[in-house]
Amino acid sequence: MFVPNRYFPPPISQLLGFSASPRLCGLSLRGFFGRSFFLGAVLALGVSWAGAAAEPIRIGEFSSLTGREAGLGQYTHMGVQMAVEEINAAGGVDGRPLLVLAEDTQSKAGEAATVVRKLITRDHVVAIVGEGASGRCLEGAPIAQRAGIPVVSPAATNPKVTEIGDCIFRVCFTDPFQGTVMAKFAHETLKVRRVGVLSDVASSYSLGLAGFFRQRCIVDGVELVGEQKFSGGDKDYRAQLTALKAARPDALFVPAYYGDAGLILLQARQLGLTVPVLGGDGFEAPELVQIAGAAADGAFFPVHFSTSDTSPRSRSFIARYTQRWNKAPTGVSALGYDALNLIADAIRRGKSAEPKAIRTALAGTTGFEGITGRIAMDSERNARKPASIVRVEGGQFRFLQSVAP
Amino acid sequence: MTELLQQLINGLSLGAIYALIALGYTMVYGVLRFINFAHSDVFMVGAYIGFYLGPRLGAGTVWGGIATLAAAMAGSAVLGVVIEKLAYKPLRNRSNLTVLITAIGVSLFLQNAGQKILGANPRAFQFPVPGGGQQRLFPETQLHFRSLTISSNQVIVLAVSAVLLVALWWIVHRTRIGTAMRAMSFNATAASLVGINNDAVISFTFALGSALAGAGGVLYAMNYPSIDPLMGTLPGLKAFVAAVLGGIGNLPGAALGGMLIGLVETFVSGTRMSTYRDAIAFAILILILLFRPAGLLGKLRVEKV
Repeated sequence: MFVPNRYFPPPISQLLGFSASPRLCGLSLRGFFGRSFFLGAVLALGVSWAGAAAEPIRIGEFSSLTGREAGLGQYTHMGVQMAVEEINAAGGVDGRPLLVLAEDTQSKAGEAATVVRKLITRDHVVAIVGEGASGRCLEGAPIAQRAGIPVVSPAATNPKVTEIGDCIFRVCFTDPFQGTVMAKFAHETLKVRRVGVLSDVASSYSLGLAGFFRQRCIVDGVELVGEQKFSGGDKDYRAQLTALKAARPDALFVPAYYGDAGLILLQARQLGLTVPVLGGDGFEAPELVQIAGAAADGAFFPVHFSTSDTSPRSRSFIARYTQRWNKAPTGVSALGYDALNLIADAIRRGKSAEPKAIRTALAGTTGFEGITGRIAMDSERNARKPASIVRVEGGQFRFLQSVAP
Repeated sequence: MTELLQQLINGLSLGAIYALIALGYTMVYGVLRFINFAHSDVFMVGAYIGFYLGPRLGAGTVWGGIATLAAAMAGSAVLGVVIEKLAYKPLRNRSNLTVLITAIGVSLFLQNAGQKILGANPRAFQFPVPGGGQQRLFPETQLHFRSLTISSNQVIVLAVSAVLLVALWWIVHRTRIGTAMRAMSFNATAASLVGINNDAVISFTFALGSALAGAGGVLYAMNYPSIDPLMGTLPGLKAFVAAVLGGIGNLPGAALGGMLIGLVETFVSGTRMSTYRDAIAFAILILILLFRPAGLLGKLRVEKV
């Protein structure tokens, strides 16, 4: 197609109004949650009867439910949806059920702003859980900031996200932190002296993370022998990898989302480039291993939440999640779950479901016990949390070490 | 030197796929004078046919791979003909612009129906081994020549493309239907006056072009094993550019254009300029069109009023 995607009309599901009816039943779902939607609707329906017509609290969600990073959005959404179901089953927040209105950014630039505007002006949400991908969060969040609606991002790690304004929060660690952690890990644990970087020019996440990694490498005296760029969704990275291979690095740093990363790992091994590959939290999705197969083995990346975490809280979450969705959670599922629970907690603490009160309560979060760790908001509205570094072994993400900020 | 040769191989295997898709654009243009924008989505459907039929046809072996490829080509050919009959044929006597917009509509329909039916999440293009584990469409090995590493997949892409190009040349130049296609592209009215069934030729052209797109889809998915319903957009755009670059309506031009785009992209990606890959590829297109408005091998037609 020669027309840039952003000028295309909305997907047919939108035009035909597929999403109109589920609204009534507690959860608005667009996209591909046919079965789960049905279940969710039945559950939520039961709750709203029990809640005896109390006006629901409307919370928005925007994430990449379809498109290239659909894994990211869908896993987040499953976490959010599970949190809502649990809260509503327990009687809601101060007697009022929660109603989550989910919008899809289709993993592409230009959609986030539109859907956030829609959530605020048409759906009148009081708070938003939104977009794990930094680039699209940066697009949508400023609109919420202007309207004074608090946004809690589950997994947008780019530092600029919370710099947008005092309404934007996150429950994950940031890129300066994970970039530094991975550079230190390469230098100290893997004894890397020469490193090559392959980053995605179309992603704020990737460029930011590459920059923080590079800064730390300079501090540590690790030599940057090659730096190559691609554009998200390219599929062919052989040219860049061939050039990187010629520079003879000891390791590669590839800040990319799992779809690109899987193909990069595969093609690197096909070209005989066998050095360790380090990534960012965007690597974490089962699709990474499905695409790269055995080529994924030996990749290292930081995660927000490790399924090998043995605390009772995590154990119980993993068990409930697996039972609900028939698959194991990923880091973003846990972050989505935490983000929604944090908003519910803020509504309880502030004793009000007004955006302003929620914002104030969120900013005052000091000791919220989440699945991904204890969350306390600093003055920049970032949660300070440790990262766990994992290594891919036989298709499994094996926990290596935890690094505190 | 090694790096240069390695990049040459990378570029050729990418260019071969662009060439296969570009041929479909150019053939339809040659016969009907419009750009079939749904072509890039037939390419996507081809990859999905391979994905679903692969396990039943014995993917993982050479013959299974060839059978899967043939099935994808057949399925895509049928889809191409169906699209032509349902969407384009009723508009046969309307302006080209109407058909062009319809083509964009068909493309959007296929993309969104694909997301609805096939799922929006990217899938790994590989097949379960009965005993556990995953395998690719063709058995895969790495061939080493000194410090050069060539994936057997890249060799297969080049070989299959070469075979298909020769077969296409033979059909167009050595068969009756091929002669009819050429006659129609020369002058459709005159062709019908001498007894050529235009509808049959158009259907055949769509079948042929779509079969090539289907093969391209499977080869692309094999080389870059992550498929999603929007996967056709970018390669389709590049192939369209390749067809224009070579001279739209000209078959060898499309093949040449595809190879050129693949090589330029790969060589630019391998330098410090990798950020500007698409910009440079398209700048070359603009330059060539400035000096040769009909494309590299195209001939200018004078519009008679």
